[in-house]
This record gives sequence, C-alpha cells and structure tokens, in this order.
Amino acid sequence: MNNSAQNDKYVFNFNFDEYLDIETYKQRGGFSALESALKEEQDNVIKKIKQSGLKGRGGAAFPSGIKLEMVNRAEGAEKYIICNADEGEPGTFKDRFIMTHIPYQLLEGITIAAYAAGAEKGFLYIRHEYPKPRKRMEQAIKELEEAGYLGKNILGSNFSLELQIFSGAGSYLCGEETALLASIEGKKGRPQIKPPFPTQSGYKGFPTLIHNVETLTNIPKIIEKGPEWYTSLGTDDSHGTKLISLSGDVKNRGLYEVPFGTSFHEIIYEYGGGPLEGHTVKAVNIGGASGVLVPPDRLHVSLEYGTCAEEEITIGSGAVFVLDERRDILDNVHNRVRFFLHESCGKCTPCREGLRQANILLERFRNAEASYNDLEKLERYTRVMQDASFCGLGQAAGNSLKTSFHYYRDEYISKIRNEEPAEVIA
Amino acid sequence: MTSKINVQDKSLLPTLLKKQKDSPFNFLSEDDVNSIAKELKLSRSRVYSTASFYSEISLSPRGKHIIRVCCNAPCENAGKEAIREAITKELGIEIDETTEDKLFTLESVNCLGACFMSPAMRIDDEIYGNLTPEETVKILNTYKKEHVDE
Ligand SMILES: Cc1cc2nc3c(=O)[nH]c(=O)nc-3n(C[C@H](O)[C@H](O)[C@H](O)COP(=O)(O)O)c2cc1C
Ligand code: SF4
Ligand code: FES
Repeated sequence: MNNSAQNDKYVFNFNFDEYLDIETYKQRGGFSALESALKEEQDNVIKKIKQSGLKGRGGAAFPSGIKLEMVNRAEGAEKYIICNADEGEPGTFKDRFIMTHIPYQLLEGITIAAYAAGAEKGFLYIRHEYPKPRKRMEQAIKELEEAGYLGKNILGSNFSLELQIFSGAGSYLCGEETALLASIEGKKGRPQIKPPFPTQSGYKGFPTLIHNVETLTNIPKIIEKGPEWYTSLGTDDSHGTKLISLSGDVKNRGLYEVPFGTSFHEIIYEYGGGPLEGHTVKAVNIGGASGVLVPPDRLHVSLEYGTCAEEEITIGSGAVFVLDERRDILDNVHNRVRFFLHESCGKCTPCREGLRQANILLERFRNAEASYNDLEKLERYTRVMQDASFCGLGQAAGNSLKTSFHYYRDEYISKIRNEEPAEVIA
Repeated sequence: MTSKINVQDKSLLPTLLKKQKDSPFNFLSEDDVNSIAKELKLSRSRVYSTASFYSEISLSPRGKHIIRVCCNAPCENAGKEAIREAITKELGIEIDETTEDKLFTLESVNCLGACFMSPAMRIDDEIYGNLTPEETVKILNTYKKEHVDE
C-alpha cells in the first residue's frame, strides 16, 4: 500500500486495515510539514496554499488560500479556527474515515492552517452521530499536545494553538457555518445573515477560519510535497484528489480517493465494480440529499469543479449514490423532502412552506392520486424554494426535485390520475 | 457581531448533552433544565429553546439503550423498513416509543456515515451495518442478555 510511486499520486492514501498511530505517522514524514511551516512567514504558507489551488471540500468550493488570507488580514484581538466535522450530508462518510484512520494528518493540517491564519484557538465541531471518531480525535489531540505539536509554543516556536472538541446534537443545519457558530455559542443552530462572513466576524465576533475536515487534511501534503506536486494531480481546472463516498446499488461500496478528472462512469464501474449482478443503473444521485439525480447517459461527465458547474452537477461533499432499476425515483425524492422538512429551521417561508407542500404533493403522487395541476404546483414550489430560501438548505433542497422533473418526468406522469387533458401542463 | 454573548454560552450545549448522558433515562427533566439555567446564569426559556432545537436532546424519558435506525435514502433503498419492522415486532415498540421495561427506545436517525454498509443502525455508541432482519434480532438479544446478566 505504501510504495512511494503510489504515495505520490495520493493525498490521503488510505489503508483501511490500518489505524495509524503517531509513531508510524512520524516515520512516514508526518509533522515535517508543520515543522517547516512554522519556520516560514505566514504569508509564504498562504502563498503555497494559493498556488496549490486547493478549494473547500465542504460543498461551496471556495479557494482555501483566499480564505486563509482573509482571516490573516482581518482585524481582531483574537482569531479562531473551526474544523467542520459535522458531516451531515446523507451518503457521505469521508470525514469519518479521516478521523478514524488518519487523525494526525487532519490535526497537522488544522495547526498549519491556524498558523497561517493567525488563529490561536479553535474548535473541532464533530457531529453527535460520531461517538467513536470523537473519542479517537480526543485521544489524538492529547497525544499531539504531549508531543509538542499542539498547545503552547508548538515545537518551540512562538505559535500556540488551543484546540477543543465540540459535539453537535443532531442537527444537519449546524453544518452550515453560521448555524454552526450559533450552535457553539449555545443557541439554536439557525443560519445568520451574511455578510459579515465568519472570516471577518465569526466565533464571538472574532475573525474565524472555517474549513471542512477533508480540506484541512490536504494541507500537510501541499506543504510537504509542494504546490507543484499538488497541481500535477487532477486537471488544469481542479487540482488534487477528491474523496468519494460511494453507496447504493454497486458491487463495491466504499470510500475512494480519485483524482479530479475521473468520470462518474469510472467511479461507478471501475472503482465501484458496476451495478450488482443482473441489474442496471437507473439513476445516480451526486452530492448527497442536497445533490442532483442524473441518468446513466450523463455519467461520462468528469469530476471537475468547472465541468460539473456547466453540467449542473453538484459535487458537494462527494457522495455518489447509485440506484438500480428496482428503485422508484419518487420514493427517493420523497425521502429527501422528508429529510429536509425535518431539518429545516422554519425561519423562512419558501423553505418551510415549500417543503411542507412538496411533502403533501409527493404523497399524492405516490398514492397515484395526483393531477397535472399538482405537478405544476410541485415545480413551482421547487423553483421558489431554490430561488428565495434564506440559506443553502432550502436552496439545495430543490436539486433532486428539479432534476427528477427533468430526467424522470414519466415517473410523475405515470402516477397522475388520468382524467385531465395533457394540454394543462403546457 | 455586536450582540453580547455570554462567555458561559459556549458550555450550554455540552452541559445539556452531559446532563442527558448522566440521566439513567437519557433525557433532561424539568429539574435538570432549572439547574442548568441556574448554573450557567441563563433564563429557563433560553435553555428550553436551545434544548428543544436539537434532535439528540430529549425532554421526555427514554430507555437505557437507544436504537437509532437510519432513515436516509441509501439505507431506505437497502431495506431499512424491514429492519425497523423486525425491531418493532421483537420489542413491541414503534419509532419514538420505549419498551415497558425501559430497556429500549426506538428512534429514527439521519445518515450515520455508514452507507457503505447500509442498512445501518446505531445502538448507543455502537454502529451496526449490512443488517438483515434476522441479524438485527440477534443483536437486540445480546443487549437483552447483557441486561439479564447484570
Ligand atoms: C445546510 C448546510 C449544511 C452544511 N453541512 C456541512 C457539513 O456537514 N460539513 C462541512 O464541512 N460543510 C458543510 N456546509 C458548508 C459550510 O457552510 C462551509 O461552507 C464549509 O464548512 C466551509 O469549509 P470548506 O471551505 O473547507 O468547504 C453546509 C452548508 C449548508 C448550507
Ligand atoms: S432555508 Fe430553511 S433551513 Fe435555511 S433559514 Fe430558511 S427555513 Fe431555515
Ligand atoms: S444513509 Fe444510512 S448510514 Fe448513511
């Protein structure tokens, strides 16, 4: 697993049989990036991250180097770093594997990012559903503190980082950065208006760097092997690799590290071994519950930020969930609507009412009691929800609905009580 | 931003979770809420409002073991409903109900990050995947047995 040729193509290089310990991590070059970063100017570290083109892996794909610089330049008596390990997107399990298998690489990444941003305090916000990863991280933090890689005067430098674990309490919405901040401050996890962005005014009003687990875990490798190495992975549009959580009706479900530029077809047929014996792929859900549904003839599209944006495919957290011919599209869409309805905070009408109505209408379709008018209504609610919701939850809740109307319209039509003339839909 | 944030606030959610963990019935009683409000110098309504927002916090008593069956699409397609039915049949409880002996509460939960082995469920801190109805009943029996052995 660890021959150097292979090592050189991967950032995470998971070995699923191995739960890395700190000594082995060190023997493989662990903490050398932190050592060298602490000897450099903060701006130099930021420059390298910028050159690497690293983008946020939590969903929004904002360039990490720019975010680091924003926090570094922001005025504040204190600065904070928050690692977002809320991993709430259904179908996603990458952050959990990072925390259980390579926790030191994550912590090293957090420490380097904190140094570059000028943050000396921070939180690791872990979802409540992950008790084991939480214990693993608690232990790893302690080990790093004892070894001098975390805490006061890291490796004898002037830089200190006090890192605390904060447990979520079962709210998907708390993965949204401003809701996450509210949650740490002991409030309901409701999103706040932006601007100000957390980079300016985050935890307790101080500039705060918020990054996803996967994003931060890239950083030690970028520093250790250099931005040129990193940009040699992937494509001109998207550098590095992406962790893909593959689930559903495929032979080999699991976590895969794939270079950007890999097609969804390869992900499903090569990494995943294709559909189960005797079955065929009917639809693929990309990006989790917030993501889209695409038919098999669109799988040639490659995993790249630019290409996927053009093709209206949401990479999101990197969840790829395969549905074979036995699955009902409406059941699946309805499952997502119920999920969002449960997780919506109810603060704004388009999301709250849109989901409530969508739930009722989908029920009607599933009972084959719907009319053409209902389809028109469902499409209208979906549009309003996507366009007018306050936060990303409501905006994204319409993605699977919208793509299902587009690609799987027949499934709706087949559930309509027949009496009305077809012209009504026009 | 400019709103004054109590320094203590940071500990509200952890305090709620800890208190709940310490409760033999996995919930927060009215007394718990009152004592937390006092301890952190927050209003009771503030404590209630935060507590009721989070699905992991329960304001009514639950069983000793909490069974959480994942209800998201990957697990639903993989047969979650049959798992839920097997539990209901074995224990005689529906979602959000507790057995009479107060040993189990059944809940529905969002993705456990275990969809590479859907259908999945969680009992307390343990996650079980690739479940079949038979396997699920066997797992439940180990918890029942553990209780009898005590
Ligand atoms: C409803 C909602 C849920 C989110 N959940 C998560 C999550 O679980 N983990 C995560 O890293 N980002 C999540 N995000 C994105 C965060 O708001 C934020 O953009 C991200 O943590 C920034 O990190 P990155 O730059 O490394 O991607 C969510 C966003 C929304 C709108
Ligand atoms: S879009 Fe939904 S979750 Fe977001 S603020 Fe509005 S109601 Fe709350
Ligand atoms: S969807 Fe059930 S564990 Fe992820």
